[in-house]
Amino acid sequence: MGTYIVRRILQMILVLLIVTIIVFLMIRLLPGDPILMYLTSSDLEEITQEQVDAIRHDLGLDRPLFVQYFDWIGNVITGDLGNSIIHRGKVGDDIKRRLPITLHLGGLAFIISIVIGIPMGVIAAVRRGTWLDNILTSLGNLGITIPVFWLGILLIYAFGLKLDWLPVFGYTSPFKDFALNTQQIILPVFCLAVPPIASAVRLTRSSMLEVMRQDYVRTAWSKGLRERAVIMKHALKNGLIPVVTLKGMTLAAIVGGSVLVETVFSIPGMGRLAVEGLFSQDYAVVQGVILVASIVVLVTNLLIDLSYGWLDPRVRYG
Amino acid sequence: MSEEAKQSLEFSEAPPRVNALRRFLKVFLGRPVVVIGAFIILVLLILAIIPGWIAPYDPNKQDLSIVLLQPNAEHLLGTDALGRDLLSRIIFGARTAVMVGVVALGIAAISGMILGLIAGYFGGITYAIIMRFIDALMAFPVMLLALAIAALLGGGLVNVMIAIGVGMMSGYARVMCGQALSVKENDYVLAARSSGASNIRIMFRHVLPNCFPPMIVLMTMMIGMTILFEAGLSFLGIGITEPTVAWGSLVNDGYKYLLTHPLLSTAPGVAIIVVVYAFNMVGDGLRDAIDPRLRGTF
Repeated sequence: MGTYIVRRILQMILVLLIVTIIVFLMIRLLPGDPILMYLTSSDLEEITQEQVDAIRHDLGLDRPLFVQYFDWIGNVITGDLGNSIIHRGKVGDDIKRRLPITLHLGGLAFIISIVIGIPMGVIAAVRRGTWLDNILTSLGNLGITIPVFWLGILLIYAFGLKLDWLPVFGYTSPFKDFALNTQQIILPVFCLAVPPIASAVRLTRSSMLEVMRQDYVRTAWSKGLRERAVIMKHALKNGLIPVVTLKGMTLAAIVGGSVLVETVFSIPGMGRLAVEGLFSQDYAVVQGVILVASIVVLVTNLLIDLSYGWLDPRVRYG
Repeated sequence: MSEEAKQSLEFSEAPPRVNALRRFLKVFLGRPVVVIGAFIILVLLILAIIPGWIAPYDPNKQDLSIVLLQPNAEHLLGTDALGRDLLSRIIFGARTAVMVGVVALGIAAISGMILGLIAGYFGGITYAIIMRFIDALMAFPVMLLALAIAALLGGGLVNVMIAIGVGMMSGYARVMCGQALSVKENDYVLAARSSGASNIRIMFRHVLPNCFPPMIVLMTMMIGMTILFEAGLSFLGIGITEPTVAWGSLVNDGYKYLLTHPLLSTAPGVAIIVVVYAFNMVGDGLRDAIDPRLRGTF
């Protein structure tokens, strides 16, 4: 298990390295001059070419690309993600303020998708062919189909505008007003959770059906174990292996979905920040958000992968 | 033993004749929901090819005397804030959905398959480099990656297709790589190599065709998701701009009038759901018909 953990961490560091190179190049490949990241176009009209060159030199943009990369990565490690061209403040501060909001909503959605989605999938598999299975499977099929932004709008219409049960936009810190925060996040978290719940139901069901055909499960039945023991002890552990892999991908999907959900519900999270950055051509912000989002995904994936070792001993010793 | 008995013995020992196509059709058409899905896709394709013949009005014709009409006999779904017929706009939106969906899917599938094929076929250091790159790509949420690529390339329909295509290629690369790893161990690959075939020839003539079934299933199952991404990006207003009509941007346009005209934002969403559902169901049906063992892998 020890070597497995070390191997996985080394692998993650390698992937992280590639991620930073991609993110770095992404902005350097922008059509036009990287100086545009630091100056707005109105700045460029006001100052002379010599001044632009001087700024370029000060920023180190006239040095070789790989020197610039190491420079940039050095800053990133200390938490400096560059400055916004809009408000001149640090991008890192923006993200620090907004990341917790996205993590709060996304984390809840992620947990909900596990505690609801997996049991629903197991039930559908165990009760295969019954009305319960049909309902759960149909819900699963519907859940991977509905656009989250549309679902959000529908919920706002029903629960916010018509029934007036819940506030329909904004985000208040749970430390400031917990009750209001809870009311505000119910709808967005639900929207974020629907697609991952649905994919968990679908995959858990088919994976469990596969496992329940195996010989060792038949053996467990034939030695007279209760259904509960057969399912929970014998079938579930193997049945969950593909689901764990799926959960790693779910996280990236939730972060992506938060871009849409935060837009619909006017939540000042990190996804919204990326969209705002894109529209104001504040590329340092877009770059920062993507980098932080992918680091969050990678670290969580590592934790998920390590839980593999517990589920599947072949990984531990392999 | 009489001649007749001998013959009947032969008959009984012969393996049951299986018509692959008939078995495929039987499974594929066995579930009504798959058939309905296929029918919806057919309708969608017709709408995408000849929207002008079907839509009652020009989707971009503004008429400020009839803004924000509620549904009526002339405008079945009402009109938007500029007096444009919503039903016609939804019908024209089908073209954008199909075009972006198919092209983005093509970009994702072709680039992913080539990368996966190279990684799986050559193995070793090539495999390690390509797959770590794919891992890195998977760490980016597709939505954010598409957003960044849209920033990089600027707006426009083509760039949206590239953005979604690049964002989604990792899945194809992984499945293809796994397939290539196992297919290349077959004897016919060894035979091809010993008869002097080049790597390129073996890869594209022998390995690739034998990796196709799961790739076809994966592609069908991903069309729905591709259309969802397109809808999401156009909802955010990224890439697709007027006069191109897209379902996502229709939802966003109508959002402002939610309280008084809920249909403006909800009706285009229903179009997205119907189409994505149809593709998902046909994908499921195709998977069961081509190779039931793939159940649970996607």
